[in-house]
Amino acid sequence: MPMLHTVNKSPFERRTLDTALRHAVKGAAILLIEDGVYAAFDGTVVAEKVKAALADHKIYVLGPDVAARGMSEHHVIEGIGVVDYGGFVDLVTEYDKVQSWL
Amino acid sequence: MAEPWEDDELEGPVRKFMYVNRRAPYGTIYALESLEVVLIAAAFEQDVTLVFMDDGVYQIKKDQNTDAIGVKNFSPTYRALEGYDVEKLYVEKESLASRGLTTDDLIVPVQLVDKDQLAQLMEEQEVILSF
Amino acid sequence: MKLSVLVNEGPYQHQSADSAIQFTKAALERGHEIFRVFFYHDGVNNGTRFAVPPQDDRNITQEWTALAKEHGLDLVVCIAAAQRRGILDENEAKRQGKDGNNIADGFRISGLGQLIEAGIQSDRMVIFGD
Repeated sequence: MPMLHTVNKSPFERRTLDTALRHAVKGAAILLIEDGVYAAFDGTVVAEKVKAALADHKIYVLGPDVAARGMSEHHVIEGIGVVDYGGFVDLVTEYDKVQSWL
Repeated sequence: MAEPWEDDELEGPVRKFMYVNRRAPYGTIYALESLEVVLIAAAFEQDVTLVFMDDGVYQIKKDQNTDAIGVKNFSPTYRALEGYDVEKLYVEKESLASRGLTTDDLIVPVQLVDKDQLAQLMEEQEVILSF
Repeated sequence: MKLSVLVNEGPYQHQSADSAIQFTKAALERGHEIFRVFFYHDGVNNGTRFAVPPQDDRNITQEWTALAKEHGLDLVVCIAAAQRRGILDENEAKRQGKDGNNIADGFRISGLGQLIEAGIQSDRMVIFGD
């Protein structure tokens, strides 16, 4: 299995998501946590880019960070998986290694 | 007398470690403290690869002069890495070019890789420490 | 699986310490082993027992201490980063001629080699930071 990339920065303020996507090989997964979760929603200026990335990557978002920020899981882009911390742990073990793009 | 942090004795397999430097020096401490990790790591005789990408390429910019900011210039230490057998230094081509720099601007010899080669190189690692 | 966690930011300033705690708890609940939690950069500030957050706020250091007690977690604060930031245990306070120490229960101060060892010994390393 390729690796899991975690992104914890808002895509509206930082370029971390772009950097992660540029360096994720096909089949690698992306997990959005902390302020990174803002990339997961429909109707934003980055939504099209994230949808396009779904062709090559599984993308996940950390549900507790979504809820904490008053965002709705219903508005998460279709195809993005919502996981809890247990799911985060499962992704870490399922993929070969983790690259945390800080 | 040995410092306490020099007591670490280890056994185990050699693993492929990659240190990913993505931050500029001086503005924050990450560059300096990640260099400190690399220097310690060298003593463990692991397979070490260093990558400079994004603003991390500024860490190895020539001609750093910190006299007037009151902070130690640690850039000469990168030149000492070879003496620690840390010889695999990669710079991402796109990061360098987008900042208007070339390898002539760098204080150490590096191998240039494009983003796809770098992505592949990352996949070949066992442990990635990103700073 | 054997997992290690690296925490690179101090508590409260950034969510990373909270994320690391939640991740660590979930990993333990899943039956994984946490080989080590290593604190680096401002992350060493997780290890001071002198922090007094408001009573209605979580106490991050105490949460780490409780996890360490319950699960025998190895919480290691980097000595070089700790010295810069004034985090001392009894030995270090003595060595540096300081009038007291502030390390919290369950934490120990040691070298960066402990981070490299965690990388060698663990199946996965997960980093939390800014």
